[in-house]
Parts: sequence; C-alpha cells; structure tokens
Amino acid sequence: MGEFVIKMPDVGEGVAEAELVEWHCKVGDPVREDMVLAAVMTDKATVEIPSPVTGTVLWLGAEIGDTVAVKAPLVRIQVAGEGGEADAVPMAETVTIEQPFEKLASPPPAETKKTIQSAPVAKAPAEAHVDKPLASPAVRLRAQEGGIDLRQVTGTGPAGRITHDDLDQFLARGAQPSIMPVGLAKKTTVEEIKVTGLRRRISEKMVLATSRIPHITYVEEIDVTDLEDLRATMNASRKPDQTKLTILPFLMRAMVKTIDEQPGVNATFDDDTGIISRHGAVHIGIATQTPAGLTVPVVRHAEARGIWDCAAEVVRLAEAARTGSALREELSGSTITITSLGAMGGIATTPIINHPEVAIIGVNKIMTRPVWDGSQFIPRKMMNLSSSFDHRVVDGWDAATFVQRIKALLETPALIFIES
Amino acid sequence: MKEIVCKLLVIGAGPGGYICAIRAGQLGVDTVIVEAVKAGGTCLNIGCIPSKALIHAAEEFEKINHMANAKSPLGISVEAPKLDLAKTIAWKDGIVGRLNSGVLGLLRKAKVKIVHGRAKFRDGKTVEVETETGMQVIRAETVVIATGSEPVELPFLPFGGPVISSTEALSLKTVPQKLVVVGGGYIGLELGTAFAKLGAQVTVVEATQQILPQYDAELVRPVAKRLGELGIRVLTGARAKGLSDEGVALRIETAEGEEQRLPADKILVTVGRKPRTEGWGLDELDLDRAGKFLRIDDSCRTSMRGVHAIGDITGEPMLAHRAMAQGEMVAEIVAGKKRTWDKRCIPAVCFTDPEIVTAGLSPDEARAQGYEIRVGLFPFNANGRAMTMLSEDGFVRIVARSDNNLVLGVQAVGTGVSELSSAFALAIEMGARLEDIAATIHAHPTRSEGFQEAALKALGHALHI
Repeated sequence: MGEFVIKMPDVGEGVAEAELVEWHCKVGDPVREDMVLAAVMTDKATVEIPSPVTGTVLWLGAEIGDTVAVKAPLVRIQVAGEGGEADAVPMAETVTIEQPFEKLASPPPAETKKTIQSAPVAKAPAEAHVDKPLASPAVRLRAQEGGIDLRQVTGTGPAGRITHDDLDQFLARGAQPSIMPVGLAKKTTVEEIKVTGLRRRISEKMVLATSRIPHITYVEEIDVTDLEDLRATMNASRKPDQTKLTILPFLMRAMVKTIDEQPGVNATFDDDTGIISRHGAVHIGIATQTPAGLTVPVVRHAEARGIWDCAAEVVRLAEAARTGSALREELSGSTITITSLGAMGGIATTPIINHPEVAIIGVNKIMTRPVWDGSQFIPRKMMNLSSSFDHRVVDGWDAATFVQRIKALLETPALIFIES
Repeated sequence: MKEIVCKLLVIGAGPGGYICAIRAGQLGVDTVIVEAVKAGGTCLNIGCIPSKALIHAAEEFEKINHMANAKSPLGISVEAPKLDLAKTIAWKDGIVGRLNSGVLGLLRKAKVKIVHGRAKFRDGKTVEVETETGMQVIRAETVVIATGSEPVELPFLPFGGPVISSTEALSLKTVPQKLVVVGGGYIGLELGTAFAKLGAQVTVVEATQQILPQYDAELVRPVAKRLGELGIRVLTGARAKGLSDEGVALRIETAEGEEQRLPADKILVTVGRKPRTEGWGLDELDLDRAGKFLRIDDSCRTSMRGVHAIGDITGEPMLAHRAMAQGEMVAEIVAGKKRTWDKRCIPAVCFTDPEIVTAGLSPDEARAQGYEIRVGLFPFNANGRAMTMLSEDGFVRIVARSDNNLVLGVQAVGTGVSELSSAFALAIEMGARLEDIAATIHAHPTRSEGFQEAALKALGHALHI
C-alpha cells in the first residue's frame, strides 16, 4: 500500500492561495483516476482537482471555505501498490497536480449553483413523543410524500390529531403555514450560512473597494429617445438567431470614444505603490448576476470591437458566467466596469468601484417622462446614468466631464459612429 | 475475479436485510443480498422462531403433565406424558426450514440476486464475498449494513462444553437435568421456563436486583410468581464467577457475598446481545459509532454517504420488527421515495409465562419525560375469558396524558397477551385517546376486553371492577 499526497495545484497567474469551495469526496471514499475530488476557487474562477490515482481517501486537508496555499497538501489517498513497485515507491509519495492549461477551456468547472452539502449528519432517531405532531401513519406518509412538515399543519382531531381532512385543507391553501387563529406567530429561528466561495470573494472585494476608495457618485439623466429609435431600426433587420442590440453596446462604444479624450478614467490605481496605470486597452467589465452571485466577465479590447461585436461578446460572456463556464481570463483584467440591472435598474444607484479600477458606470431604467422642450411637455425616453469615480484620482470636474461627454454621444447616437 | 454491479447491496439476510431487499426488488431496484449463513438471520434460525417452537412444545408438555398429576380442575386426567426432545427439535427444524425456503422464495420472486458467503468491505461502495465458487466482488451505489447481533460471551465463562448460548440451547437433544441460566433477561427466562416445563431443574442467576430489569416490578410480578410455581430458583443480585474446577458446577457470589456452587449439566449464558461489528470490514469504513452500535440518522444513514444501516447493528431495541420497518423504509428511500423514521412505538413482547407486552411509554418513562399522566389498570382476574382459561394472572395497563387523554403507552402481562400487541401499537400510532379505546366495542368474551376496561378505568368508570 502506498500513499499519494495531492497538493494544491498552482492555478497560475501568480496566485499563491486558493479557496476550497467544494469537496466531492470524503474520508473513506473510494476514488478512481480522473474523478473530481474537490473544487477550488481563485479570482472568481473555479478549478476542479481530479484524482491522479485510484484508491481510497485517507485525509482531507481543508474544510470548505478554507484558504489553502499553493503546494500545501490537500488530499491523501491510499493506493494499492503494484507488486514490487510498491516497495520502490516511498510511503509518502508526493505528486503535484499541474492543472493543464487547456483543461481550463473545457466545459463547466463546477456547478456553482449546487448547494454544498456536507455528509449526512447522523443523529439517533428521536424516541420521545414530545413535540411530534399527532397523526396516523397514513397521514404521516402522505405528508412525507408531499414534502409537508406536519408541525405546520393544524390538527382538528381529538387531542389535536391531524386528520386527512386537515391535510387536504392545508394542501388546498397552497401548503402555506397555517395562520393560527390566535393571531400572528413569532418566529425565532436563526439560519446560519457560512460565507464561502464566490460570496466570500464578493464580500472581500466590496470591503476592499469601499474601505479604500472614496467614492464620488454622479447621476445624470440622458434622453435616449433617438438612441432607442436607432436601436429599434438596427434590430428590425436582425434574424431571430442573430444577436440584437441592447443599450450596452452603444454605451460601450460611447465610453471608448470618451476614454480617447479622457484616458484618466480608464485606469487602475495601485494604492499600495501609489501608481496609476492608464490603459490603452479598454477592457470593459460587465457586472453580471449569476445564480451563485455577482461576477464580472470582461469584454476585452472594446476599442477594437464594432458595435455588433460588442453586443455578441456581452451575450456570450453573460451566458458563460451564468453557466459557470467562463474562463479565468474572462473574469479578470477589466479596466473599467459597467453595471446594469436592466429592467430592475431603478432611478439611481450608487455603484461600488471594481477595485483597483477608478470608474464604474451604472445604467438605470429607461422611462418615458414628460420633458419641457421650451414650449410644451413632450414624452421622451429618459435614462439615468449613475457613475462612481475614485475621488483620489478623479476630480469631480473630470467625472462630470466624462459623463457629460457620454451623455452627448448617447443623445445624438450618430456621433458614436463618426470617426473623429 | 467476477464483479457484480448493482444499485443496492444488502449485507445480511436477517429480518431487516431480507425485508429491505424484497421491498427494493418490488420497487424495481436492482438488488443483491449477501448472506453468510442462512436466510432469515438470527430471528428465523436461532432466535424468535425456534425459541417459540420450543416454548410451545414445553407449554403443551407441562399442561399434560399438570393433568397427569390429577391437579387439573378441568376433570381431565391422563397418563404421564413422555418427551422425545430430539423429535421436538426435528419438528422445530422443519419449521425453520420451511421459513428459510420461504424467505429465499420471496427474494427470488422480488428478483433479488442472492449471494451466499461472507461479505467484507473493500471500500464504501465495494464488497468482496468469499463464496463457494471463489471471490465475488460486488459494487453498489447504495449499501445497507444489516449484519445483526450475536450473544455476548462472558470472559470468565466462554462458550463451549457445558457453557452454551441460546443457539445451542435450541438444539439440545436431551433435556439437561440441571440447568443454570446466567442472565435473567427475557431470553434467559423464556428458555429457562421452557426447560423447566420440559423437566429440567432450573436456576436463574441475575446480577441486578430484579429479573427482567427493563420492566417495572408490577409487570414482572406475575412472571416471578409463575417461575416459583414451576420450581425455578431465581437468585437476584448474584454474580456468576466461573466454572468450578470439576466443570460440573457454576461458581457464583450471592447477594450476601457468599461463594456458592450451583451444580449444572448445562450453563446457559444469556447476558445480552452485541452488535456484530467485526469480520466484515467496518474498520475500512470508519463509520461513526453510537456506543457499540453504528450511528444512524432518521433515514438510517450512517456517517458515510450511500451507506445505510438497519437492525440490531444500529442499536436498541434489538428487535426483528424494528429491523423490518427500517429495512422497508430504507428500500423505499433507495427507490427515491421520501421517508423518515417517524414511528411512535416499537412494541416488544417477552414470551415468558405469562407473556409481557409493552408498547410506548411505561408510567415511569412517561413521568420522566415530563408528562402528567393517568393510569388505568384492569386485572385479568375480573375477565371472564381469562377465568375460563385457567389463567387469571396479569393485567392490562394503559398510560395516558392527563390533559387530553392521549394514549402514551400500554403494557400487559398475562397468558396470550402477545396477540394484543397489535391493538396497543395501533392505538398509539393512530394517536388514540382513552375515549377512542373505551368507545370501541371489544368482542366478548376475550382478553382484549381488558384493554377497553383499562381505558375505562383510566377515565374513572371501569364497568367490571
């Protein structure tokens, strides 16, 4: 018998540690070669750790949520030695898994939406009668099969026994907890949820951004009536299988144009070294809601993409982020970020900058509002932009100038397409 | 090496295992069951069934003996009966054999694959079975451990020679003249009583202050009285120390601290049963324990995913019908149904003379759980049927909550009361109140009237006392 030690792989990009987000095995489990043992998360990408050997798991080196240093032991696996070979192999052979780079391109690393379930918690069957809802075995069976917690059902039978009728009525009410005739019931339950994985990443980033960056948020309203007309016209000729334009590609192109004139907002600020890096490339992060939480896939080189290309890339990345198949490179490296809640966009937001960037543009909801044109009120499609800037490196004046320039471009969308 | 891959693997074809396999088979689950000895497990081969056969034969023999001594008030007299224990045992073996093949037939009918041999875990999903035709590897998605239990051996009184366990006691070819039973629990008393009725001189050595220590004194009293009538000597507070040097007597220390020698042809050790946790590779799995037992949750899951455990290996009460209910539940879980263990009571029967039945909580247990209770007791000496059967000892006792009369427990002691166990358990499972039982017409004349009368008594208006 030999023992393999699987170490936390070097997942690249100079990452020194990764967070363990999922175990796919536990001590005592048999594993086969290539079976996925665990998932670790770095930089918002989840990487699976396959087993290089067949054997039995002896030891797990971390708990879900733990941060594990690269090269630190992660799993020990007992393997059957082959004949004389076993003697030749030292008891604690060390194998480091090099995560093949091309493997990253392979489909979904981990079901990010899957709830992490720990091993069943074994407990002794309760034998006391106390607190058990009173019901006949047949009623209990119906409840189990219907997924009904009988404690929620009011029993009308003798001694509060729950009858079939009670269950019928409960189901007829849509299985809502019964409203006690005495009035509203107090709830005293507290559910504790461990913040792990993506949620922890989000939490850390938000703290970093808000604690380090003095935000200035600037809200301006934009008349997008003409833009919407243009968009409708451009989309009208599209076939059903072709990507249609949303507001975002126009905004992205407008930003690219504005950044040409005002490169200070397309920057990253390393506040430890005190260096601002102004980027030639415009890599636009698109804040995207996924089942697991907020991620920011990045449309790289928006400056080199036409409007249709931008549109297609946004759609592709959003889908990849939602299904968890986005590559690590696709989830990092943005130089400026757009956040949009679509129809939920509200009137104004106070976006938090995607550290170490210095600007974030928030898109609010388009609403038809009465606008005074000098002689009368006319209905116009209005949209607010709520944008935040790192006030350490972007002055209010510059921020306002930047937004006003974008406003000008979006209100007269033809300007977006004119070469300067 | 051959390999079988299946959805469900059941290890052990005792009452828990075979029920689990049959139910799984019925539900279309691809199921394999492994049994090292014989289908039916302890219960069917060396436990419940053979002991009840022996007890019945002993009862019949004693009844006739009683008549032969011209003691019967029924006016029947007969010649002294003779016993050929070897024939009795052969008859018992016949019953066991029929049930054995019955279980195998049911398994086959449910399309369960049966593998004979001793299973050993290789890992949580794979077992090796040493069969007559070689090593068989079975790989399964879900494994159910149903390896049961075995008699506890006393280190200073190891099995062998005159020292026997219940297994050997059920296959004796002759009735021992002098039988010493170490352990006055239900197994020891059932067998001790049977052998006394068959003509043995029986002494019971019990370390605690009461025989049948799990029952309250009120329930045990009729049994103790009957043991006396049968000439069985009961030494409570006495400890077995070992065999005498000559090997024909048991050394004990009495309650008073005196050393005594009890002459014995056979010494039956029935000091309890322990879960069978060795010999099948439990160490490979390292499952969580609850004392000596495997720890399970309310779905009979162990600490390892995909590994369930049922029956005696999972704890007290070590009863076949508990194992069966667990087995059925686990099979349904494996088939994708939503099930959890929600039983309110596991009735227990002690086949002493007279029999003892318990279901739910005793008065003491109910009080210990904080219930305000009312108790109704109806003695069989006020029951017509009991009088006509010459067995008026015993009673039915019912325990209910005093606030809403919900029945918490029912106990009975008396001849034939084992058959009342279903009524008791049903009342508790259905959530019956005293009024439900009192208002149910119970057929006259039967012992079951005692149940109704006990409920009436608890309500304060018994009719026949």
